[in-house]
Amino acid sequence: MNRLLELLSENAEFTPSELAAMVGESEEEVVRKIDELKASGIIKGTKTIIDWEKVPDSGVRAIIELKVTPKPETGFDDIAKIVMSYENVENVYLAASSRYDLIAMVKGSTIQEIAEFVSKRLSTLDAVIGTATNFVLTTYKQGGAVFYDDSEEEEQRSLIL
Amino acid sequence: MDYTKILNQKIQQLKPSGIRRFFDIANEMDHVISLSIGEPDFTTPWHVRQEGIESLRRGRTWYSPNRGFAELRTQISKYFARRFDVEYNPDDEIVVTVGGSEAIDLCIRSVVDNGDEVLIPQPSFVCYEPMTRMAGGVPVIIKTKSENEFRLTAEELEAAITPKTKLLILPFPNNPTGAVMRREHLEAIAAVVEKHDILVLSDEIYGELTYGRERHVSFASIKNMKERTVVVNGFSKSYAMTGWRLGYAVGPEPIITQMLKLHQYAIMSAPSTAQYAAVEALKHGDSDIERMREEYDIRRRLIVDGFCRMGLKCFEPEGAFYVFPSIEISGMGSEEFCEQLIYSQRVAIVPGTAFGECGEGFARVSYSYSLNHIKEALERIEKFLDEKK
Repeated sequence: MNRLLELLSENAEFTPSELAAMVGESEEEVVRKIDELKASGIIKGTKTIIDWEKVPDSGVRAIIELKVTPKPETGFDDIAKIVMSYENVENVYLAASSRYDLIAMVKGSTIQEIAEFVSKRLSTLDAVIGTATNFVLTTYKQGGAVFYDDSEEEEQRSLIL
Repeated sequence: MDYTKILNQKIQQLKPSGIRRFFDIANEMDHVISLSIGEPDFTTPWHVRQEGIESLRRGRTWYSPNRGFAELRTQISKYFARRFDVEYNPDDEIVVTVGGSEAIDLCIRSVVDNGDEVLIPQPSFVCYEPMTRMAGGVPVIIKTKSENEFRLTAEELEAAITPKTKLLILPFPNNPTGAVMRREHLEAIAAVVEKHDILVLSDEIYGELTYGRERHVSFASIKNMKERTVVVNGFSKSYAMTGWRLGYAVGPEPIITQMLKLHQYAIMSAPSTAQYAAVEALKHGDSDIERMREEYDIRRRLIVDGFCRMGLKCFEPEGAFYVFPSIEISGMGSEEFCEQLIYSQRVAIVPGTAFGECGEGFARVSYSYSLNHIKEALERIEKFLDEKK
């Protein structure tokens, strides 16, 4: 099962027949397993990995750290739910850190827009004690894909014999 | 100056490697997707590299003993015992060389006299024939067949032996076909070898890269074969250490002693940095081999399945990192097929004929590339075949 997931996370475009060959199972079996993984919520969906920095006027991204007071009953879940409900919030994590509790990855068309979002929407939430905003300058690697163009990624093996 | 009169006649008659021509074409084109390289795409495991770096940091920059550091020979000896169940004395039955290729050269030159016949199964790696010629030997080619999954059979061997036969080269797991010889196949060969009293150079450089139910069996572990076999192995393929240039030969003391003389005069000693790293590889690298082997195996399945789907017949290769599909259905010769493929779809593979005339009708495809790279190449090859229909 894990092998199948690893292969799918490497390339979602592998066809069932290719996957079947690689894991040594029948195509039907592979299709059935993928359906199961989808039904059980392990496979959440399929998206294209895009290097937005190469797309003109595609905006900016920031990683926002949030220090939060957890609620007695629901802990961090309630506040996380509020943060993740904003469309411009792409990822939300609960962290084991002494500095902050939640991390939100946010996109916006300008730095000002994100700064405003943080100060007006996130900082003002009751449970939020403090925020720190980290703007992304360059993405080197994301979702397992290397974004940083460099000759390092080119074939370096020599053609001999 | 007429160099043709001055230069050694034998070397002038050697043909340059046939793999080269396609590399040259590939080099001149943009956006070529290659499945032609014959070395691991993995980098040397980090802990192994670290030992190399550490040796440099400590200033261990001197020659090693001619036959290699004692610690490395001890580790090689232990490796053969645990992995192949053959005992070699680190003191006088092992020589560490600059890659497996040097070990092959040393062995052929130490064994072959003028006019001796050397049996070379083909398709196989390109060095055996020229090295035999340079040693004054006569290469006798044995053509292995696709219906035997490119294994050498006892009958083929028997038919090629003459009173002049001195040495048999046993290149398995095989580059370029991916063929392996299982224990029963080796035993059949051993019976013929013993009957005719010939020596064997078993090139087992791909010995760690076998797939399927059985692991590689060393020819030296077959009954009565140790005394007449030199096994060549190295670190390049198993530990992804090609650039370190480190291999070795193990064999009977009288042969190794002669090989050592040549090595001592021509090479002195193998690179010291590489030897320190290799000790670490042998001590703690078993899991690295396993990790890379599993990855190769997934790629192998993908590529074999891909070729079969597009109608390029290919037997299941169980060793090395090559597949050797038949390109018969295209109606083209190997060279023509590979040339058209690179010009029309920019996929570089190597014609089977680069590994011997009997490779005609086949092509060598390396799967020492990432899955995404292989997938893309397969799609292009399929397109190429569709256009030819």
